[in-house]
Amino acid sequence: MKKNILFAAAISCMAPLCHAETPQDIAQLKQQLKDIQQNYKKQIQSLEDRIEELESQQVNNQPAPAPVQEQSRPNAFNPAIALILEGRYQTFRKDLGDSIPGFSVGSEAGNGDQGFSLGESELNLQASIDDLYYGNLTLSLADAGGSTEVELEEAWLQTQALPYELTLRAGRFFSAIGYMNERHTHTDDFADRPLPYRAMLNTVYKDDGLQLRWLAPTDTFLELGGELMRGAQYPAGGSANHGVGSWSLFAHTGGDVGVSNSWLLGLSYLSADTRERESGNGSNPDLFTGDSNLAIADLVWKWAPQGNPYRHNAVFQGGLFWRDESGKFAPGGQNFNIYDGNQFGWYSQVAYQFMPGWQIGLRGSGLSADDTGASFAGTALDNLGHDPWETTAMIVWRHSEFSQLRLQYTHDEAQLLSDDRFILQYIVSLGAHGAHQF
Amino acid sequence: MKKILIVFFLLMGFSLSAQASLKTFACEPEWGALAKELGGEKVDVTIATTALQDPHHIQARPSLISRLHRADLLVCTGADLEIGWLPVLLRRANNTKVQPGKPGYVEATSAIALLDRPAKLDRSQGDVHPFGNPHIQTNPHNILKVAQLLGQRLIQIDSDNADYYQQRLTDFNKRWNKALQRWDEQGKALKGLPIVVQHNGWIYLEQWLGIKRVATLEPKPGVPPSTTDLSKVLNTLKAQPAKAVIRAAYQDERPSAWLSDHAHIPKLVLPFTVGGDAQAGDLFKLYDRTLSLLSTVK
Repeated sequence: MKKNILFAAAISCMAPLCHAETPQDIAQLKQQLKDIQQNYKKQIQSLEDRIEELESQQVNNQPAPAPVQEQSRPNAFNPAIALILEGRYQTFRKDLGDSIPGFSVGSEAGNGDQGFSLGESELNLQASIDDLYYGNLTLSLADAGGSTEVELEEAWLQTQALPYELTLRAGRFFSAIGYMNERHTHTDDFADRPLPYRAMLNTVYKDDGLQLRWLAPTDTFLELGGELMRGAQYPAGGSANHGVGSWSLFAHTGGDVGVSNSWLLGLSYLSADTRERESGNGSNPDLFTGDSNLAIADLVWKWAPQGNPYRHNAVFQGGLFWRDESGKFAPGGQNFNIYDGNQFGWYSQVAYQFMPGWQIGLRGSGLSADDTGASFAGTALDNLGHDPWETTAMIVWRHSEFSQLRLQYTHDEAQLLSDDRFILQYIVSLGAHGAHQF
Repeated sequence: MKKILIVFFLLMGFSLSAQASLKTFACEPEWGALAKELGGEKVDVTIATTALQDPHHIQARPSLISRLHRADLLVCTGADLEIGWLPVLLRRANNTKVQPGKPGYVEATSAIALLDRPAKLDRSQGDVHPFGNPHIQTNPHNILKVAQLLGQRLIQIDSDNADYYQQRLTDFNKRWNKALQRWDEQGKALKGLPIVVQHNGWIYLEQWLGIKRVATLEPKPGVPPSTTDLSKVLNTLKAQPAKAVIRAAYQDERPSAWLSDHAHIPKLVLPFTVGGDAQAGDLFKLYDRTLSLLSTVK
């Protein structure tokens, strides 16, 4: 650059003006030189700016990666497919059967068979239907009475773009009452559900209907919702009121405490109007017609140091259940008697991961039923003066996120005689990545 | 009761309208930091994870649901890094503005040609990422590309402040390009440096600096190394010595500590993302810190 300036100055010197004679001329020449220098400085600056700009653009404008060319595939819109396989080996010290004194339980509430058995093999498909709906289907294959049966566990669609913070779900779904009720058993921390879920909800209450949720636009998580359902499944039954036999209300709230803790609190109420609801012995069922109302309060508390659960984490869970049933009860389907009884249930459990892949857990759960008096003596509703309870311990090993092996021991005081049960269980998931639900 | 409710909702409405800034939900700290660089005072950034949390293993916590529910813009890594939790969050949060396909949904990896795309998809190979390695933030050149994408989206979503964002983007480009020159220059000294990594999360860093990865402690992505796996790595090191074993701040310290003790090489905790250590407080410092840590073992 300097060379150019000198050159320019030299050229200008060839002009006659260069023959400076007066100090004025010299000053003028100096001024001219200064002007030229400034002009150059400006031009240099603008060129430099331009280069810098172009350079940055060049970096930015690197060609985007060419999209992978794939052949036309009719299955490109296939939903996410996930398969859960579960199997177990169980051994009981006594095998006292499935009854729980004071409760006429549903068909799924039992302990299952001894020896080798397959649990539910579950197939789940889900995808967006369009910009408004999301769809989900879960089929389960399980052995029942010597033959393999397909059960439609869930088949629902859910809105994705409803205004006013609302979400509507329609179809068959797991009711949102109770933390565990909404979740599939393969996501549980234990191989079976605690006593109140088994005795009062037949492990899970699912039914056909509508569910509406409202998510509050607040920093603290608050979700309110309600359901209207057919009332065909235990604890409902008989699809009363022209097929709208049960309804529920629920509220969920949760948040974080510091970076290491988070919690979720739920309050739920389920009211079912039942018509000859079947329970107890499958071939000679008890019938119940009347109102079954259930209230649940539960809390889940999760801890992980710095919010990083990889090495250590703990999950505490607890729930309280109150049920009030009133109406007519016919033990074994014979002779309806007036029945009004309250029942109470609780569970409390903790699962602790003590090193990557390894988790241990402890659980206690119990029930208590009203004394229903002489009219139901000797039936399932006879509490025999005993409050059922059990304690459970388990250890689980996860080789990866997709497989787990669990060993579980239960000391069972559900009946007058105690029992001890061991379960060895595997659960694996194939296909679409499972969701890390809270 | 009704009056109280009405007052409650009115207050809630006011508190919402009072905060006019663009609510941005960032899955990882690096994108939160970038959104702050580009959005300045016009954005209000909430970050779902910290540098001490493994972005693979986050749960869809209630607090995240409510934060995403109120977001105008989501910026995440994508490429299935958040596959376990982001889809659940998106479904639970009931927020149409940040659903995939909307301008408010930004996947950083969509701006980058990903490396390590597996030829074969099979979970026997570990928790593989079908679209390629998602840990793009370990190369600062990638940040520049993501910045263009994010800057454009900010302009698109909040067009009232388009000039503001454009000016900040230009300014960021200028500062970042200058920094890149410095980092590239510093990085030259690291070329060929042999290292062991704990998780295969540094491939973009390796490519950028020409660092040589001799071994990976995890036998397969996401599978914690057993003692057998570690011994194998130790054997590899006998033939091909490495200068250091590297892990991110959120990863379990024991595998790299074991190797460090047995192979007598230093163990290095790199910040991996903004906030990964006290000296990596912003995007610029992240790479300053990474390079200065790496040069200690050179």
